[in-house]
Amino acid sequence: MHAFADQVYLLARRSVVRTARQPANVISPLLFPMLLLAVNAGGLKAETRLPGFPTTSFVAFALAVPFIQGALFATMNAGTDLARDIQTGFLNRLTLTPMRRLAVLGGQLGGVVTMGLVQAVVYLSVGLAVGVHVKAGPLGILVLLVFAVFVALGFGAVGALAALRTGSGEAVQGLFPVFFVFLFISSMNIPRNLMEITWFRDVATANPVSYLLECVRSLVITGWDGEALALGFGITAAITVISLAFASWALKVRMAR
Amino acid sequence: MKTLAVAQGVAWRTLHNVFTNPSLLIPSIVFPLFFFTAFAGGLSRVQNVPGFGFPDGYTAFQFVFVLLQSAAFGGVFTGFGIARDFESGFARRLLLAAPHRSGIVLGYGVAALARWAVTVSVLTAVAFAVGMHVGGSGVDLFGLYALGLILNVAALLWACGVAMRFRTMQAGPVMQMPVFLVLFFAPVYVPLSLLQGWIHGVAVVNPLTRVIEAGRGFLAGSPTEVGAAFGAAVALVLGFSLWALRGLRKAEAAG
Repeated sequence: MHAFADQVYLLARRSVVRTARQPANVISPLLFPMLLLAVNAGGLKAETRLPGFPTTSFVAFALAVPFIQGALFATMNAGTDLARDIQTGFLNRLTLTPMRRLAVLGGQLGGVVTMGLVQAVVYLSVGLAVGVHVKAGPLGILVLLVFAVFVALGFGAVGALAALRTGSGEAVQGLFPVFFVFLFISSMNIPRNLMEITWFRDVATANPVSYLLECVRSLVITGWDGEALALGFGITAAITVISLAFASWALKVRMAR
Repeated sequence: MKTLAVAQGVAWRTLHNVFTNPSLLIPSIVFPLFFFTAFAGGLSRVQNVPGFGFPDGYTAFQFVFVLLQSAAFGGVFTGFGIARDFESGFARRLLLAAPHRSGIVLGYGVAALARWAVTVSVLTAVAFAVGMHVGGSGVDLFGLYALGLILNVAALLWACGVAMRFRTMQAGPVMQMPVFLVLFFAPVYVPLSLLQGWIHGVAVVNPLTRVIEAGRGFLAGSPTEVGAAFGAAVALVLGFSLWALRGLRKAEAAG
């Protein structure tokens, strides 16, 4: 058990250092979601005048988006870094060591989870600085940060799976538009009950990203909403477990080659 | 005459690259459709906000923005191709071979226009297929597409200037991000009168606000701010022409 923890720690430290040494991987996930938040919060403020809109502050409503958008960046970063390890032969060299599969995955995802936590703190700080009040209180903020870490881990595992299956950084980057579609066809900009177009509302309802957004949103706007929290954490857990299981299998296949 | 021959060669090659490479062609067609779907489909309730007042519905309101956005990004995507040509060494050979190098910029401009023509045809067909209502006449629509065309050229000239200065694909965000910001600092989701706070102040001085508002006026059949819109668009083209040609000189000087 001690050896396993050491393996995870060493690879996680490498992953964190590598992420920190690439300014583009640090700055983009912090800057781009904040820009989109600023643009949407200004442009869609009038939406709060719609009957049934859950809050008078569009920033409070839209603050959930950077959390999920940041996780998309985590997916790309985790996948691209792992793909680079495959392309440079680092993973092959690891197979010559007694390193365990789960330690390789856990370590690789260490940087993503750390970055996910940093991102969440920054997003939350910006939100609080511009006057957003988290209805669920200090404990809600803690739950929000834990959720952000889980989302980063789940999406990071998806990125790792893509990297292990394709072995190509370009292929992982090619996934970004697909994830972006999931984000835009969700309750990102308007609550589902206020969507007028039926087919769009149906797609948003079937889209798991809507529930991740609504989990964050519930803590900020509503307070403690058991259903939203259960759906958000449940879906994140499902994504994480399934992706890690498939990624572990893909790693086994790749190490056997 | 030599300038036109160079332009023709560059345009043909660029278009051949784009239309025979699905990874270049598909995103430039799919992304505007995707934005159109996400904005017009997801946010249609916004038309019920008091004071919205656009007579042809939210689909038509968003169609104009997405059309102009596709024009701008059509130019930027062509700029990526210029940077790629420099990275591969093709552009340097082109600079050596071309007797009139301004034809190179002209050729990329023609390619950007042809590329956008395909994108906007698909976008328009989809918009009509989903029942977009148009209040304007043929002349009004001509005005809307003319604005798009000028914006496409302006964005291409901007991206061309960046590509010729940096001569690497890593300059992609420098080409893309300012265009993205200028577009989204305009009245994207609601009319200018409904914007509040800092974004209203930014949108008022943003030249693309005039272009977008005039485009929406054309589509609704009640043209507004036409002179200011065309003036702003043409000024962008003139300014970025200088930017692109100076970029060409810098690329020549770099060898």
